[in-house]
Amino acid sequence: MKIRHTGREDKIELQMTPMIDIVFLLLIFFIMTFKIVLPEGDFNIRMPSPASNVTAQPSETPTLMLRITADPNGKLAGLQLDSQSFGNGPQAFAQLHAYIRSLIADEGGPGSADDQEIELDCDYNLDYGYVVRAITAITGYVENGQQHKLIERIKFSPPKNP
Amino acid sequence: MRIRKNRQTRIDEGDMTPMIDMTFQLIAFFMVLINFSEVEQNQEVNLPSSELAKPPDVPYEEPLTVQMLADGTILFGGDKMDSQGLESALLTEAQIVRAHAEKRLSDVTVVIRADKEAKTGKVQEIIEKCQDAGFDTFALRSRQSNISTLTTP
Repeated sequence: MKIRHTGREDKIELQMTPMIDIVFLLLIFFIMTFKIVLPEGDFNIRMPSPASNVTAQPSETPTLMLRITADPNGKLAGLQLDSQSFGNGPQAFAQLHAYIRSLIADEGGPGSADDQEIELDCDYNLDYGYVVRAITAITGYVENGQQHKLIERIKFSPPKNP
Repeated sequence: MRIRKNRQTRIDEGDMTPMIDMTFQLIAFFMVLINFSEVEQNQEVNLPSSELAKPPDVPYEEPLTVQMLADGTILFGGDKMDSQGLESALLTEAQIVRAHAEKRLSDVTVVIRADKEAKTGKVQEIIEKCQDAGFDTFALRSRQSNISTLTTP
């Protein structure tokens, strides 16, 4: 009726309402299916089973032994690398990191750091977060946006069943 | 001219155009960001943080995700289980990989997403069970952190 009244010119009035309805539907769909996936990083460790490890050549440098002890609640009780003890204070891992940096820098040469192996001996009920921090302290550091590697060969001692 | 004629007969409830523009902007935003990949990332797992953790440069050929909550419950393939259940599930998975013509066990990377308060011994047991099943490449997952995690505040 409206169109007829406005004269003989054919005016096609575009109905915007349905389009806006569909647009809102689309918007609701995308909002509902929006999933915030946080980017996660990895530490890569290659750990062949101990049985097959017998054939691996022993490294020239002696294996370092990192002992991480836990209190009954799972919190850090002590951090010890061979004979060096770092305690359990807030700076323990930073000190461990500094010590390892000095070790690797001392031995010098491009090949020695690749050969160094470290074994992690952790208490059974230690919180896993400390292990990741230890691995962070051991494997490298980020300086001026560049990643530097320290020790890359890591293995775990068999878990001590409680 | 046309508009002038229509103004008398059309009911205009305020100009909707800016709102529709914003709606289109929102749709474009969500369309660009939508991620349909079914990544196995259970939100109950609080990953430990590390400044060295970075996403792998090349995505893993055959990732296998094993998750562990703070209380020790293991999540694998969408089911909750204990370590016995994990053992059988891993053996089944290894058989499937071996049966497949193009995949091999050595191509499989086991991604371990364990809560930061999970017991280290239990995580080591998961690693042992995976080794028993024949997998030997592991990736320990952690959250990326911009600040150094070596010092506790």
